[in-house]
Amino acid sequence: MSPVVRLLIKRIATSFIVLVGVSLLIFTIARVIPGDPARIALGPNASAEAVEALRDKLHLNDAFVVQYGYFVADLARGDLGQSLYSNRPVTADIAAYLPATLELVFFAGTTMILIGVPLGMLAARYRDRPLDHGIRLFTMLGVSAPDFVWAVILMLIFAYFLPIFPIAGRISDSFAVPPVTGFLTIDSLIAGDFAAFGNVLWHLALPAFALSFAGIGQSARLTRANMVETYRKPFIEMALAFGFPQGRIARRFAFKPSMIPSLTVIGLDLASMLGNAFLVEQIFAWPGLSRYGVAVILRKDLNAIVGTVLIISAMFLIVNIVVDLLVALINPRIRLSQRSS
Amino acid sequence: MKRAVFILLRNPLSVLGLALVGLVVLAAVFADYVAPFPDHKGAVVDFLNFNKAPEWPYLFGTDLVGRDILSRILFAYRISLTLGVVVLALAVPVGVTVGLIAGYIGGRTEFVLMRVTDVFLSIPPLVLAMSMMGLLEPSLTNGMMAVTVMWWPWYARLVYNLTRSEREEGYVLAAEVIGASRLHVMFREILPNCVPSILTKMTIDFGFVILIASSLSFLGLGVQPPTPDLGSMVAEGAKYLPDSWWLTVFPGLAILVVVFGFNLIGDALREILGVEQ
Repeated sequence: MSPVVRLLIKRIATSFIVLVGVSLLIFTIARVIPGDPARIALGPNASAEAVEALRDKLHLNDAFVVQYGYFVADLARGDLGQSLYSNRPVTADIAAYLPATLELVFFAGTTMILIGVPLGMLAARYRDRPLDHGIRLFTMLGVSAPDFVWAVILMLIFAYFLPIFPIAGRISDSFAVPPVTGFLTIDSLIAGDFAAFGNVLWHLALPAFALSFAGIGQSARLTRANMVETYRKPFIEMALAFGFPQGRIARRFAFKPSMIPSLTVIGLDLASMLGNAFLVEQIFAWPGLSRYGVAVILRKDLNAIVGTVLIISAMFLIVNIVVDLLVALINPRIRLSQRSS
Repeated sequence: MKRAVFILLRNPLSVLGLALVGLVVLAAVFADYVAPFPDHKGAVVDFLNFNKAPEWPYLFGTDLVGRDILSRILFAYRISLTLGVVVLALAVPVGVTVGLIAGYIGGRTEFVLMRVTDVFLSIPPLVLAMSMMGLLEPSLTNGMMAVTVMWWPWYARLVYNLTRSEREEGYVLAAEVIGASRLHVMFREILPNCVPSILTKMTIDFGFVILIASSLSFLGLGVQPPTPDLGSMVAEGAKYLPDSWWLTVFPGLAILVVVFGFNLIGDALREILGVEQ
């Protein structure tokens, strides 16, 4: 078995343990809170019998361990229970809202890597010179305000005062894309409708940038620090002594070893965008998981809260596993570790 | 110490950071005297002057019931700064203790403690705080609790990693050889060597705690009206964009100013204390 596969199996196993822990944690919080969810769902005018019936149906009268048992048994069948708020299965609700959020996070993540990493490389190459200070200021501004503040500022400048980008939504009303995956970029390509595809990207630009600004700052600063570190290594000195051009040294020799420590943190940034997307979605009226999440939280909709947190945590863990695998594939010390033994 | 002051004052950005944070702290402490309309921190209504664009004497304009935005921002800073102090005062000791124990004792204790930490770290921070806030009643105290619960694992992680590398150092071995107790080794030998890293992280985190707390109240899950709060001011004003832009832009910039200030100071501290990123 190759070391990478072994790592993958190990990571999936520990992630599974963590996911069980997450479910226990959120399930416990959801059950120990004051207030009767059945009473909240049915309203103050419902009869005591109706409330009692619903409590029975939700297994709220059973012991905590039994409740958790029911929950796990349902989960194994892919059932997260009914939402008390929309009266639909929680899985159906999440499936309806998740693609919009994932699409936003995917594009924000891409923006973060495509802008942040080159910025960090530039800063490292021109370190302690004006360009480096400029980039440092820019990246620090990015991490210094919550995403919703950048969303408001970007929207005011680039949607109102200079009407370049749309104000809200995922796609203009004039386009109709047959839903297949729920990801409008993919769906419009499946339909072969390139005008719609462009329209979707145009709608994505501002929210994706607002969501990625903090990540751009973090990844740029990290890339800079690691590049500076790598530049002190003897193999770079040797490359310099051979007289290789600067640009080639940066791309060919310094880049890969510098990215290994950065990747893990970039993965964490990417994963935390899943939570921060809530803030950006509110400003741009993005029909993602945010509105659903906030609504169910305010209504103490237990099943829906547990389901939403569980799904987002699973996504979070998947992103981290993928990042760890990437690190393993790039890092020859892990990739080749077995052959030497 | 002299060297530290020199490094701090040599860099204009660090001086800017000190100035920003200093100004914010002073303005928050003396808000009652500095704010143009001190009584506007509460549920005051002045329909003659509602929704005014910035003009004298309302430098940042007024909100929809005629309250001065600048005054409300100054009082909101009070809440934000208190929140930062309380959250870090609760989260740092817990995280540091967990990290020290897990890193030094090792074995099964380490496995259990670090897996628990992983559980907290594997829920996106904002989602964890949000679901806690939603299940409890939204209020300032519960907001502090929610942010504390999401914050301690980061210190556990940091101190755990530091302890693991310190454990191998000669001075730890020396202390163990002469029969120092585990508690002594952890808190008197290892901990002091972790302090620079913890201090730097705390400075930067102070800004981030304010940022996260404002995100919570932006979603309606934090400080409740009529108490002024930067996040809920942005959320409230966002409904009236773009015409009443001052409702959102000034509270938003107020968050930026204070977090930016703490970041600049944290950066300077990192340089002075020689802490790696």
